[in-house]
Amino acid sequence: MAKTLLDKIWDDHVVADLGDGWDLMHVDRHLLHDLSGALAFDEMAARGLPVASPELCFATVDHAISTMPGRTARTFERGARLYDRMKAGVTKAGIRLFDAGTGGQGIVHVMAPELGLVLPGMVLICADSHTCTNGGLGALAFGVGTLECVHALATQTLRLQRPGTMRVTLEGQLARGVSPKDVILHVIARLGVAAGVGKAVEFDGPAVATMEMEGRLTICNLAVELGARSGLIAPDDVTFAYLAGRPFAPTGEAFDRAVVQWRGLASDADAHFDRSVSIDVGQVQPTITWGTSPEQAIGVNEPVPDPASGIDARARADMCAALDYMGLEPGRPLAGRKVDRVFIGSCANSRLSDLREAAAIVRGRRKATNVAAWVVPGSVAVKSAAEAEGLDRVFREAGFEWREPGCSMCVAANGELVAPGERCVSTSNRNFVGRQGPGARTHLASPAMAAAAAIAGAIADVRTI
Amino acid sequence: MPPFTIVAGQAAPLLQANMDTDVIIRIERLTAPDQTRLGDYAFEMLRFLPDGSENGTFVLNQPRFREAPILLAGANFGCGSSREGAVTALAGRGIKVVIAPSFGDIFHANCFQNGLLPIRLDTATIAALAAEVEVCDMPMTVDLSEQTITTPCGRTIAFDIERRRREALLLGLDDIGQTLRLREAIGAWQAADRIKRPWIWKGALGPSD
Repeated sequence: MAKTLLDKIWDDHVVADLGDGWDLMHVDRHLLHDLSGALAFDEMAARGLPVASPELCFATVDHAISTMPGRTARTFERGARLYDRMKAGVTKAGIRLFDAGTGGQGIVHVMAPELGLVLPGMVLICADSHTCTNGGLGALAFGVGTLECVHALATQTLRLQRPGTMRVTLEGQLARGVSPKDVILHVIARLGVAAGVGKAVEFDGPAVATMEMEGRLTICNLAVELGARSGLIAPDDVTFAYLAGRPFAPTGEAFDRAVVQWRGLASDADAHFDRSVSIDVGQVQPTITWGTSPEQAIGVNEPVPDPASGIDARARADMCAALDYMGLEPGRPLAGRKVDRVFIGSCANSRLSDLREAAAIVRGRRKATNVAAWVVPGSVAVKSAAEAEGLDRVFREAGFEWREPGCSMCVAANGELVAPGERCVSTSNRNFVGRQGPGARTHLASPAMAAAAAIAGAIADVRTI
Repeated sequence: MPPFTIVAGQAAPLLQANMDTDVIIRIERLTAPDQTRLGDYAFEMLRFLPDGSENGTFVLNQPRFREAPILLAGANFGCGSSREGAVTALAGRGIKVVIAPSFGDIFHANCFQNGLLPIRLDTATIAALAAEVEVCDMPMTVDLSEQTITTPCGRTIAFDIERRRREALLLGLDDIGQTLRLREAIGAWQAADRIKRPWIWKGALGPSD
């Protein structure tokens, strides 16, 4: 029978059929970070459980670590306590930690792919909803809660039901000034934030085939904002070229043997998906969110929608609440709206290609005086590579802050917050009420659009800068 | 996990769609040393005004719904972050059942790990329940074993729940304990996999440098 990429990975990982559609699934990679890691190891200790397969678990510190230049894991006090508990747990278990101050540290979904810890065909979990990012490499990757994380630490498995399948085919090619972030925001706006609930979403089509790996990671990063626990892209030559030579990837003949297996993972041509959608990305404009849900996104020159256009009273009330929180009126475009902050970072957009995209806009210019602009590279490796190209100087000379790797202002767990009422153009993935701090007003956009906003001092169409 | 039985009480209507876990519990509350009082902070951005005073119009601040054990919610409730604190914060407020048209996948799984019952009903049925709450002042009763809801106006409606999930809640079963009994099967699977996919296991040796 024809199988999807999801089916192939799933069937390869069933340790036991538990009945009623439940499977005991092997977990090939378990990524841990300071916030959920601390909670999980507390629970492991309380239950007296040892870690079953520490060689398949890898940890770093990202959520609650300061990103201030010169920081250590102790700079942010609350984070230091979480870090200590996580570090004690991984040390006791013999789990490899990519520690603060060492070369491998970074946002977990940035450092893991770049180290080659994420390989096609894997089942990969982390107690973080943006674990779906790693599906860009052809792994089945999804976020779990704390007690599922404990289950996986104790048994290296999870009890799961197979999700449904959805295919989003991206037709056409991206226009100038349009990046993978614009594409995925457009897709979410078109399909809605609940379109992928209960499903794993596979992205394919011409625009995916020609997309570099870091763009694919961005697309899959926002799969969870489509409601899907997993996003997937079939591994291909782009994937294999990306993996070759990465520290934890196989080498030599072993790599070649792996590639033979990985090539077989792509969905069969006649595989059935529960839902298939096709979207022409050639029409996508630089896209930005206006509201408090990622689906509330529009082209930068389109007017903010009128709540009167809502399909029912509930939808109209939700739109009014979003406009009120964001301090916006319907009917006018966002372009020209003054901003207070620009944040370039997060597991959505903090990789080298993202920083290059932003730097290309910033080069030779100054940020507007009314804007505080931050660049937070996703990992120590990204930061070093960017510095080797002189990108740090481009940003610094334009008046941006060049910071240390971590989640920072995306999740605001480390004391780095957008102040109440401040408007921030952010390359992160969530514009929820209070996400970047109580009262913070977030506009999600691409790195180029964020850079353009910093230069203009207002939301701007990057194509006009 | 204590077994789930029958829940009876007020059902608070909070029908906004896409209620995300950042709104249910702020991340800063999850980095605090004391994690035992998360219930005090559930929905804090909706419960309090910017000056710190209570927002009297928020449903859970209304005298009738302060102790409500049942939440009537909108579509995609609990979307967003994987934070399990969203479930423990609701539980900490005494909420034992959330009824919504759909749930965020990770939130839904986390509910069962913590003995909170998420019930899926269609939007129209939930709207009808919310309307009954307005006109009939009797409690709503959720009976997991019978899979029925007795509405405030006295109607009985059925709900579906996956058999395994229901059994685990009713018996208070512990997943980890059950899986540990399958240790031998896991070990055998891993032994075979080391030959089939040696590259997965390379981490044990450290990177190639």
